[in-house]
Amino acid sequence: MKNKILPFLILSSALVFILRLFWIQLIDIDDVKLSNKNSVEKVYNFPDRGYIFDRNDKLVVGNELFYDLMIVPSELKPIDTLEFCKILKITKKTLIEKINKSKKYSTIKPSVFLSQISKSDYAVIQEKLWKYKGFSVRKKSNRSYLLNSASNILGYISEVNDYEIKDNSYYESGELIGRQGIEKSYEKKLRGLKGVSYFEKDNFNRTTGPYKDGIYDTVYKPAKNINLSIDFDLQIYGDSLMINKFGSIIAIEPESGEILSLINAPNFDPNLLIGRERSKNYLKLKNDTIGKPLFDRGLQGMYPPGSTFKLINGLIALQEKIITSKTKILCSKGHYYSKNRFMKCHCKPGTYNDLNTAIYNSCNTYFATIYKKTLEKNGDSKKGINSWKNHVNSFGLGNYLGYDHPLGQPGLIPDSKYYDKWYPNNSWRAATTISNGIGQGEILTTPIQLGNIAATIANRGWYITPHFIKKISNDNIELKYREKKYSSIDSIHFEKIVQGMFDVIEKGTAQNSKIKGIEVVGKTGTAENFIKINGVRKQLTDHSIFIGFAPKENPKIAIAVFIENGYWGTRWAAPIASLMIEKYLKKNIERNYLEKYILKGNLMQEYLKPYTKSNFSINE
Amino acid sequence: MNEINLIKIDWTSILILTILILLGLGNIYSSSQTYLLDSLFNLNPFSKQLIFVIVSIIIFLFIQVLPINFFNKYSSILYVFSIVSLLGLFIFGKEVNGALAWYQLGGFSIQPSEFAKPITALALAKYLSDINSNLKTVKTQFYSFLIVLIPITLIVLQPDPGTIIIFLSFVLVFYKVGLPSIYMNLLVGFIILFFATILLSSKYVMIFLTLSIFFLILINKRKKNIIKKTFIYGVVFSVFIFSVDFIFNNVFEQRHRDRFNIVIGTEQDYRGTGYNTNQSKIAFASGGIFGEGFLKGSQTRGKFVPEQHTDYIFSTVGEEWGFLGASFVILLYTYLMLRISKRADLQRNLFSKIYSYSTVTIIFTHFFINIGMVLGLVPTIGIPLPFLSYGGSSLMSFILLFSIYIKLDSQRTSKW
Repeated sequence: MKNKILPFLILSSALVFILRLFWIQLIDIDDVKLSNKNSVEKVYNFPDRGYIFDRNDKLVVGNELFYDLMIVPSELKPIDTLEFCKILKITKKTLIEKINKSKKYSTIKPSVFLSQISKSDYAVIQEKLWKYKGFSVRKKSNRSYLLNSASNILGYISEVNDYEIKDNSYYESGELIGRQGIEKSYEKKLRGLKGVSYFEKDNFNRTTGPYKDGIYDTVYKPAKNINLSIDFDLQIYGDSLMINKFGSIIAIEPESGEILSLINAPNFDPNLLIGRERSKNYLKLKNDTIGKPLFDRGLQGMYPPGSTFKLINGLIALQEKIITSKTKILCSKGHYYSKNRFMKCHCKPGTYNDLNTAIYNSCNTYFATIYKKTLEKNGDSKKGINSWKNHVNSFGLGNYLGYDHPLGQPGLIPDSKYYDKWYPNNSWRAATTISNGIGQGEILTTPIQLGNIAATIANRGWYITPHFIKKISNDNIELKYREKKYSSIDSIHFEKIVQGMFDVIEKGTAQNSKIKGIEVVGKTGTAENFIKINGVRKQLTDHSIFIGFAPKENPKIAIAVFIENGYWGTRWAAPIASLMIEKYLKKNIERNYLEKYILKGNLMQEYLKPYTKSNFSINE
Repeated sequence: MNEINLIKIDWTSILILTILILLGLGNIYSSSQTYLLDSLFNLNPFSKQLIFVIVSIIIFLFIQVLPINFFNKYSSILYVFSIVSLLGLFIFGKEVNGALAWYQLGGFSIQPSEFAKPITALALAKYLSDINSNLKTVKTQFYSFLIVLIPITLIVLQPDPGTIIIFLSFVLVFYKVGLPSIYMNLLVGFIILFFATILLSSKYVMIFLTLSIFFLILINKRKKNIIKKTFIYGVVFSVFIFSVDFIFNNVFEQRHRDRFNIVIGTEQDYRGTGYNTNQSKIAFASGGIFGEGFLKGSQTRGKFVPEQHTDYIFSTVGEEWGFLGASFVILLYTYLMLRISKRADLQRNLFSKIYSYSTVTIIFTHFFINIGMVLGLVPTIGIPLPFLSYGGSSLMSFILLFSIYIKLDSQRTSKW
């Protein structure tokens, strides 16, 4: 033992140490991550967020630079405080306070001395910055919305939240993400890919140089600029027409499916949702429960389509050979659609309507009758309504349309299952669902779906999924925005419907919407609607609806206008649509009287009714 | 016999030592890289160490040309001189980090307790090689312990716990040259009971001790004097347990207790006392197999490991040279120590033999505590790694220790 004690101790400790080294260097190396935390700093380089232009290359969304003045207290040298305060527009007291504050944070790490310095102030500061050791300027960028419009389309950006960080490994706390609208839909294109540089830090958290000479660093990929299909002249004009009205205007170029404008009223300034006041402003907008400016009526509002839906029923009846254009149906201020069940109409007693007159006079009897016949065609209303639903669905109704905006609603097109639920034991018949024939009842559509109907009719049977994107730098837009989708109606049937719609303007319900030199085609709609006030169902003034397109041949613009509680289609929706068409096709408005009437139009009283009076009359 | 016998010089050991010193210089350079410019009058650790290395070479050469019997002859005087220098600290010393252990001479500091190590080794060798000394006798045991206890007492007063442990390790040398086994048994028993008492409580350890005494008596009852023997051990160990309990809880300060608790694993504290150990482990982990490369260790460059150029120099080796580099260094030390130990066994001259054992023991204790500490196996006790760590006094004292060994070893077949 005595002889061997030293070699024994030496060898055994050497063995233990090597095993220990093996353990902490090769096996138990979770700590390496920790090491990265305290000795390596990741610094991201962000590409400028992509610009957004409109269809005519007008810049809509750009980036604005802000400047933060940074301070490193340990590097401060005595300065001419008088001049310095003058440049920064602060008092000497604040200067001392701010320096002390930053010292408290750290004497050797940079902290923000003055944030959000404007460009003009920055110019002055930059010139003299060399005099003031310890101060530096950090550039930051934020969105700036150059046109005070289309906040509903553009969306906004804001800092990522915890869920997004968890779901998506790309983002880290404090980074910006497209939160709504186009900013969200085209987030990947608009943001580009950030690059990363690794720096080594010492125990005072000071950067000491690139980590491993930058072999792990990556360069950022620039963001893409995009062109929207929106025509901002038209969009802004639409905004002005919608002042003091709630509702939506959708204009689509039928040939391409490009959305020319999507006006949501009331609107708000997109610049409210950037910068330091963002959350305050957002709350304000959210708390406006009457105007609901954050609610995009054009995309999210589900309303009954009213008489505009008669066009679809007409097309289906033609396709199903229930009628021809010559079929005549008697209307005497309405008709009995079943025993003791009468549906009113405004036709004079003893009027025989064919398809054409039925459209331009918007005859309830005619369309209710052909709808009922369509369902009963094979003697089975269940099969009938399902095949009717298939036709309706082929117009993009009853489901999400598939456009490139995160907001949307499917609307509702009922089928036999839907009625089975409400009327068990086969207790419903075609007549039970009769209101669908005139676009009331269970049917719900969003305004953009109505716009799509207008585009489909304009194209005589097909549409391209509406979209907001026109161009993404060099990339093609998605295939689904270039593909035609055909409705289940043969195109020959459309001509008869279009003729009827033409007569709506020429001699029918919307004669006030004629434009000299342009053949406008359209259909008005009036939709009954109800709300619940304290649990009591109350009817409100009808919605005013119009869909149409122009010119009749080779259409350039399809349009749907929806005015909440606008009483009837001809009153607000049709003239607004015609002004939009005139603006788009002629660039200037000749019918000043009509424009004046619309601009002055104010429906606010109507919207406040349910909130101010307990007993109010409607449709005044 | 004054001439140097070149053939018999232990060139291999010198080579290993040279490698270690060069590695030390490289790692000191790496771990004391700085982003601030040195002023001309305030040299950085690397430059200073370079000066120490040159001085060390001079010391080495000087020792080699001394007459062989110089050490035997003058060891008593050197010892007295060393004790006086330790005493002088209380008058002229300078306090650094709470320890009154330094003389300040211009830009350099000298730590006399470092030089006391080789000198005490010489004094012990001289006393124990005396024809009248016999470690089996209480008298010799007393004087031997006294030689060690005098410097220990002076160092306790500084205080410098690391150096005290080094001096305590001379017990190994005593054991090697004839100290009865009972002391070793007691020492091993003390070490085990020490940790057991701290880890558990004195109550349980006492119960365990009593039970094992009865058990030992039961199985050895045929042996002579067994009851008496075990009883004595039992009393001694019981006293020890209570005094450990008392010292740990009443004499130790909280910082000492914390260090123990962290190493034993009863406490974890990465921000406080455990910070050094934890940062050192991170440095090793980031080294991996091959290391991050010279001057590239991110923990090292960031100076996350405190005292990295002195006591924690081995973590620089671990981070920049990896598992392979660190193992290589451990193997170098192992080979060096085994070699010296082996040559000591073959040494005919008792003075040289005892001195050589002391050399191995001193190097080993430093090696064991320092690397054990850096790897988180031993409590944080501030002692340098021989030849690698930055520090003039320590380097020169090790060189002194080693040079005398080389000198004595080169003459091992002669009878001077």
